[in-house]
Amino acid sequence: MKPAFDEMNTAAGSLRPQYEVYAEWLKRQPAEAMRSRRAEAEMIFRRVGITFAVYGAKDEDGAGTERLIPFDLIPRVIPGAEWKRMEEGLRQRVTALNRFIDDVYHGQEILKAGVVPAEQVLHNAQFRKEMMGVAVPGGVYSHISGIDIVRADTGQGGEYYVLEDNLRVPSGVSYMLENRKMMMRLFPELFSMHRVEPVAHYPDLLLETLRAVSPSGVNEPTVVVLTPGMYNSAYFEHAFLAQQMGVELVEGQDLFVKDGFVYMRTTQGPKRVDVIYRRVDDDFLDPKAFRADSTLGCAGLLDVYRAGNITLANAIGTGIADDKSIYPYVPKMVEFYLGEKPILNNVPTWLCREKDDLAYVLAHLHELVVKEVHGAGGYGMLVGPAASKAEIAEFRAVLEANPANYIAQPTLALSTCPTFVDAGIAPRHIDLRPYVLSSGKTVQTVPGGLTRVALKEGSLVVNSSQGGGTKDTWVLED
Amino acid sequence: MLSRTADHLFWMARYMERAENTARMLDVNYQTSLLPQSADTALQGWSGLLSISELTWAYQQQHRQIDARNVMDFMVRDEGNLSSIWNCLRAARENARAVRGALTTEVWETQNQTWLEFNRMLKAGEFERDPGAFFEWVKFRSHLSRGVTVGTMLMDEALHFLRIGTFLERADNTARLLDVKFQALAGDDYFGPTDGGAPPPGAPATPQEVDFYHWSAILRSVSGFEIYRKVYRNVIRPEKVAELLILRPDMPRSLAACMNEVVANLQLVANQQSSETLRKAGRLQSDLRYGRIDEILATGLHAYLTQFLDRVGDLGVGISRDFLVPMAA
Repeated sequence: MKPAFDEMNTAAGSLRPQYEVYAEWLKRQPAEAMRSRRAEAEMIFRRVGITFAVYGAKDEDGAGTERLIPFDLIPRVIPGAEWKRMEEGLRQRVTALNRFIDDVYHGQEILKAGVVPAEQVLHNAQFRKEMMGVAVPGGVYSHISGIDIVRADTGQGGEYYVLEDNLRVPSGVSYMLENRKMMMRLFPELFSMHRVEPVAHYPDLLLETLRAVSPSGVNEPTVVVLTPGMYNSAYFEHAFLAQQMGVELVEGQDLFVKDGFVYMRTTQGPKRVDVIYRRVDDDFLDPKAFRADSTLGCAGLLDVYRAGNITLANAIGTGIADDKSIYPYVPKMVEFYLGEKPILNNVPTWLCREKDDLAYVLAHLHELVVKEVHGAGGYGMLVGPAASKAEIAEFRAVLEANPANYIAQPTLALSTCPTFVDAGIAPRHIDLRPYVLSSGKTVQTVPGGLTRVALKEGSLVVNSSQGGGTKDTWVLED
Repeated sequence: MLSRTADHLFWMARYMERAENTARMLDVNYQTSLLPQSADTALQGWSGLLSISELTWAYQQQHRQIDARNVMDFMVRDEGNLSSIWNCLRAARENARAVRGALTTEVWETQNQTWLEFNRMLKAGEFERDPGAFFEWVKFRSHLSRGVTVGTMLMDEALHFLRIGTFLERADNTARLLDVKFQALAGDDYFGPTDGGAPPPGAPATPQEVDFYHWSAILRSVSGFEIYRKVYRNVIRPEKVAELLILRPDMPRSLAACMNEVVANLQLVANQQSSETLRKAGRLQSDLRYGRIDEILATGLHAYLTQFLDRVGDLGVGISRDFLVPMAA
């Protein structure tokens, strides 16, 4: 495998233009100063309580389960023109995905046209038949979308690819916001040297989006954020977003259904709720409709939803569009619904459910990445080039037993970005998750997104649960 | 606001206040133990402290005898003791974390920082090195917590429930402290019908009464020593100490002052079903406002305080029922 595309340095050893000023500044910083800034950042994150919970793990004191996500001091910089193109691509893609979900739960034109195989949709565990024929405000299902993008050198010099779409409850946006705050606090001088596009208005856009999709006839909608509770790994983010938007953070136990509406229990009696930004998975939303053992949801919610008296963001059933077995068809959706050529590329993907694809994958396991169709968080996957013979053999058996559960992709040499590690500054692999907000009238983003970095040398797994960290992401104004 | 949010706020404030009062009692006992005194007196101080908090039984499950080191450890850092400062600060922080969106950033960070720093100090051996400074630190973190609350929060329901929690807990704690400290001096009941009503004014009621250190310790534990001098400009006499801590509305830790705050904040959050709770709170407040110390002493201080604690407990139940416990759908 040839060396990965580096965001700061070209293969010839020169600086990319967007990093010239920064690199010059970085050279002047003593390692000791950087180290103390890093310690300061850690101290502040801990004091502010920007932590995430790891299931079944202990923190460094062996006491609780709250951990910090490592924050890297060196920003990932994206030139303005590159971002503009990417943003267009994101809007196009998310618009097509929303059209697809709407179609799947109504006319199913795309299935009739044979563009996406009907059985892949209708027999998919993510297909929610309860949603058939249900009208949602503005026809929007995925109000908040997190599109994972990687850059790899496949011959044309560092192309962006969509690795996966996250249309259920994408998380991480609070880190995007906190990372920027932290950078401005630690290195204010850098922001006077660069024209960095701001991101702090994200909660405003989010609130605007949520208000715009309230049930019809509601003028001053009551918006709430629904969290599984303080022991959820993303609890900080739920609380943060509720606070930033100035809306209530509720748990399932705070909600109840009466006479066709959803209410929350307040100190002044029941209060009607119109829009729920829910950070609880479909399965747990309504014990009467889905998992009966769920205590995280609200009994009867689905009926209210189907009657159009409450808006859920994201809608129930969006998983049908971000399923890894559906992913290969997204470029075709763009053409089918919008009549446009896709701006963002997919990573070439083999579907192990197809006989020919499976044969190819089995013959090339050592060079492919094989993922579970419904997996998340970097679990249940094989990274061929990094795996031992025994691991490959073990995975082969698992794959052959249930091929439909897997897809495979070439091992992309994810781009690297210089990162401040214990040994000094070294390249580490990164990805990018921009957040896209859809209200039916608008499709908006804030410039950049969350850059995740695999801190282990050579590692391609950026998930926070697997030792990943984050960086501030700068989009420079041209 | 959400009932659950109000509940967390109420308990966050209560636990912080309880941590402070525990630190106050420990500090006074510790300071007293540095004075020359008989082993009996010292023991009485520590066992009294356990009985104030109704923890004698729990303590005896773990330790054979009562001594300063063990009692302090039990009350400061014992994770199995739900009333230890460690557990109070943990609970305050957990409650804050559950509703951090309803708090200002400063309030949340103060709670979080207190918890992190408390554990760091324990680990660094700072409690063993200087218990006095350690208790002082807990007290000041509580001052800070209250100050940052009043100084940064919107004056809405969230603040009112925090204040109700603070003062209800303080009323409870002051009453317990008084009860135990007065009993410690006189066995069954210091002032009570058993010895024929109130002591004659000015006359020492028991030999211990001359023990300036005992009374000044009680006063110091509620930051009342200087206040006493200022208010009475006289030698320290038990009935005046009782009056100061029960009836003076201008003494910030007195029962009267606490009830004034509880009632004022309860009125601000009143809802359709809270009238009975408000009535009870107002009645308790009036009893204190129009009460006289000689009457209270004539019926017996212990009986009076026991009844007061029952009424405060009952108020807590009413507040939970009317505002905090989720209403049926």
